[in-house]
Amino acid sequence: MKRFLLPLVIFLTVVGFLAVGLNLDPREVPSPLVGKPAPMFNLPRLDNPEKTISPKDLLGQVWLFNVWASWCGACREEHPILVALSKSGTVPLYGMDYKDTRQDAQQWLEQGGNPYIASAMDTDGRVGIDYGVYGVPETYVIDKAGVIAYKQIGPVTEEVLRDKILPLVKRLQTQ
Amino acid sequence: MIPEIGHFALILALLVALIQGSFPIIGAARGNAVWMGLARPTARAQFLLIAVAFFCLAYAFATMDYSVTYVASNSNSKLPLQYRIAAVWGGHEGSLLLWAMILSIWTVAVSFFSKHLPDAMRARIIGVMGLISIGFLLFMLTVSNPFERLIPAAMDGRDLNPLLQDPGMVFHPPMLYMGYVGFSVAFAFAIAALLGGELDAAWARWSRPWTTMAWVFLTTGIMAGSNWAYYELGWGGWWFWDAVENASFMPWLVGTALIHSLAVTEKRGSFKAWTVLLAICAFSLSLLGTFLVRSGVLTSVHAFATDPRRGLFILAFLVVVIGGSLVLFAWRAPAIGRGGKFDVVSRESFLLANNVLLAVAAISVLFGTLYPLFLDALGLGKISVGPPYFDTVFAPLMAPALFLMGVGPIARWKQAALPELAKRLRWAFGVSVATAIILPLLLGHWTPMIGLGIFLAFWIFGTSANLVYQRLRGSELPLMTRIMSPSRSWWGMVIAHLGIAVFTLGVTVVKGFESEIAVRMQTGDVAHLAGFDFTFEGVQEIEGPNYSSSRGQIRITKNGVERTVLMPEKRVYTVQNMPMTEAGISPSLIHDLYASLGEPLDGGAWSVRIYHKPMVEWIWVGCLMMAFGGLLALSDRRYRMKNRIKATGSENVAEVSV
Amino acid sequence: MKRIFRLTAVFCFLLAINAWAQEASAGEAQPLQENAVVEAQVQRLSEELRCLVCQNQTLADSHAELAEDLRQEIREMAAKGMSDQAIIDYLVVRYGDFVRYRPPLKPSTLMLWFGPFALLLAGVVGLVVMLRRRANQAADAPLSVDEANKVSELLNKES
Repeated sequence: MKRFLLPLVIFLTVVGFLAVGLNLDPREVPSPLVGKPAPMFNLPRLDNPEKTISPKDLLGQVWLFNVWASWCGACREEHPILVALSKSGTVPLYGMDYKDTRQDAQQWLEQGGNPYIASAMDTDGRVGIDYGVYGVPETYVIDKAGVIAYKQIGPVTEEVLRDKILPLVKRLQTQ
Repeated sequence: MIPEIGHFALILALLVALIQGSFPIIGAARGNAVWMGLARPTARAQFLLIAVAFFCLAYAFATMDYSVTYVASNSNSKLPLQYRIAAVWGGHEGSLLLWAMILSIWTVAVSFFSKHLPDAMRARIIGVMGLISIGFLLFMLTVSNPFERLIPAAMDGRDLNPLLQDPGMVFHPPMLYMGYVGFSVAFAFAIAALLGGELDAAWARWSRPWTTMAWVFLTTGIMAGSNWAYYELGWGGWWFWDAVENASFMPWLVGTALIHSLAVTEKRGSFKAWTVLLAICAFSLSLLGTFLVRSGVLTSVHAFATDPRRGLFILAFLVVVIGGSLVLFAWRAPAIGRGGKFDVVSRESFLLANNVLLAVAAISVLFGTLYPLFLDALGLGKISVGPPYFDTVFAPLMAPALFLMGVGPIARWKQAALPELAKRLRWAFGVSVATAIILPLLLGHWTPMIGLGIFLAFWIFGTSANLVYQRLRGSELPLMTRIMSPSRSWWGMVIAHLGIAVFTLGVTVVKGFESEIAVRMQTGDVAHLAGFDFTFEGVQEIEGPNYSSSRGQIRITKNGVERTVLMPEKRVYTVQNMPMTEAGISPSLIHDLYASLGEPLDGGAWSVRIYHKPMVEWIWVGCLMMAFGGLLALSDRRYRMKNRIKATGSENVAEVSV
Repeated sequence: MKRIFRLTAVFCFLLAINAWAQEASAGEAQPLQENAVVEAQVQRLSEELRCLVCQNQTLADSHAELAEDLRQEIREMAAKGMSDQAIIDYLVVRYGDFVRYRPPLKPSTLMLWFGPFALLLAGVVGLVVMLRRRANQAADAPLSVDEANKVSELLNKES
């Protein structure tokens, strides 16, 4: 009698996993860089191509690193939220303009507002690869020691900001 | 108006299905002839109603009715008529309607071809199929309504996915569904047997033709999908172990085990519990496949638009149908009884070994497909399981099964002797080992995998040739009479097994010896591959009905003699602005020459990929042979109704066939 | 006379250059990438890596921009002489194990890689045990005289 129950037991186990799976997103690729130092780069700034920007300059503070582009549709969704965040002054926001042209990027910021203290220009996408970027927009929370604490895949929404990013930033700032 | 009629027809079909799924089954338990008698009329009524719904949806597509959301999402005014009709099953809701319709076709077929079955059994079978139908109709009417209205109506549709605008795509889903859904008949037979407590050789004999027919359709459907991917996707691949490909392959593996198992239960009365379990598993895997494609649990090329609500509904349905049938199995199977005795070495044991191997293979494919989900659910990280894994695991699992294919058919039932078998097989063994060593070296290079593949293919060729020779010799009758003497069932087996050998040979040679080049071609440039010269003759811009295309022309010559001209295209479908490649292929049984256009480069040149694929067509020829073998076996005399009635009138006619 | 001679010479020279130029332009198709050895390594690796954008194609087959960028990075690493494992590790550091279509062998994937063979072994052992048990079953009950007569009657009817 017992061995005839085996197929049922196996089936119910599989169903359990499938039920859990309904709440997961198979397309999301979590970053292995969380908990590791933010990769080094030295990129020209969007506002002044003579000057460069690097994570080394930002050690000692908690900051947000937002990957964006003028050709990115989803970036329009999160942009007002980022602009409001930068006005609140809670945490400094730096951007990385990914695979874009200077002219398009500046025009886009003029139209939508510029929440970034400065933006780095990653024209060929190499730094993006170093950061494990596979879509735009993506946002990183980087702590005082220059370690990546969190990665947001996709646009920053009010919920994500309120429930995940701001509490984390507050905690890191008191460290 | 018409869409509303379709919607109403579905509601009526659900009501009929509710009757069909309850009264006959309860009637069979109580011996109530009237209630049992409801089975056939309700099955036929349901078929008519669902056919009406299907026709209404097709009509909406044909008349470009963009006030129906589903039509607006999957069609366009510039879409040619044949693709507008195929678009009926191009999206989630419509493909469910196709599922329901095909289920009703199988049910109505059972209602017509079941005069020889006991009333109670027929009632239960049709009742179970009715229960399944309830699930699909309810699903459509609650969260996946194909007739939902779009208000205000769209000006024009969003067009059918360009990948689906192809004759292969018109053919592949219906064939596949006929297969998947067809296993519901075997499932219903199994449940009916468990409910009624009568499980014997007669049950296996009745069940077998239905199962074989579904298997033939599934084989053809999978083959059509693979062939379509080869010529449509532009990179010459034909199997990717994608989640949905696996979802159709697992029922095929279990279905193959099932038809072999049914053969044993029919002839020897053995394996009864195992056969019933296989029948339940084959259809369960079909349902699981339906879940995987529509729930968003796995990423896949084929995934329909996903919605967790839909996923939850199907999961609940799975638990009810599969869970319920496995509970029934656990409860009733112990009483089924053992059946005939047989030796450790006998045809029964070889067939049982074949079953074990196929079952392990199916479980391994399921395991590999779901493993990323398991790890993610347990918080152990995200991995990908792709072709490198499946190729590594699947081939060693299948190799013993292919080897046994040579031994099983010549082993005697009940008791066979290994030394005798070895003696009969040694010629075939020698020939296959020799070919496995020599042929790859002649063709260019040798690796263990190539050697193994060639050995197994020629092993099956050799043992089949031996089998046929032994069967047909030793008689003075003319050749034609001798060929007609073994049953169609036997010839079907031989041809299907040869199909597998042809398939294995095709796969081994193409994977072992294919070659490609990626070149930059200017008009007039010549590329060389596999002894052929490919001259690029420029690109022409042409307009199709709903796309614009850059069509290249490549002339193939060998030693200055022209062979053919390839015309690969790079299309952009206007509505969705989606690029598509159409490969230029010159097929033949010896090899395929395959070219696809890449990107336009500076100076009017193009990047072009050219492939040489030796014996790749054998893959699909092998599949067609398997399907033909199945059809031949199905048309065997003993399944014909007329003969059955002409015989002694009882079902206990001794079997003369093998 | 001299002038005609000179003109003819120039004319022939121009014809020759024209013919040579045509030959050069309508010539052998050049491979898209120069280094065939490096390219073979790039192709081999790309076929085992997953495109993160489309996610259902290999890096080799995908037309996505990120796929092109990654192939280019792999090409540069291969040209520098990095081994297959080093290149894969580079990508895994940035994107995780998700990017590999051949799952790595780790504690969490032991069951994946060895499961099927363990299952096969269990199946074969179970099969042999079951067959042995069945063969040692009590022999079929012998027929009674009536039954034996019925059998020979049926057999005679058949032939």
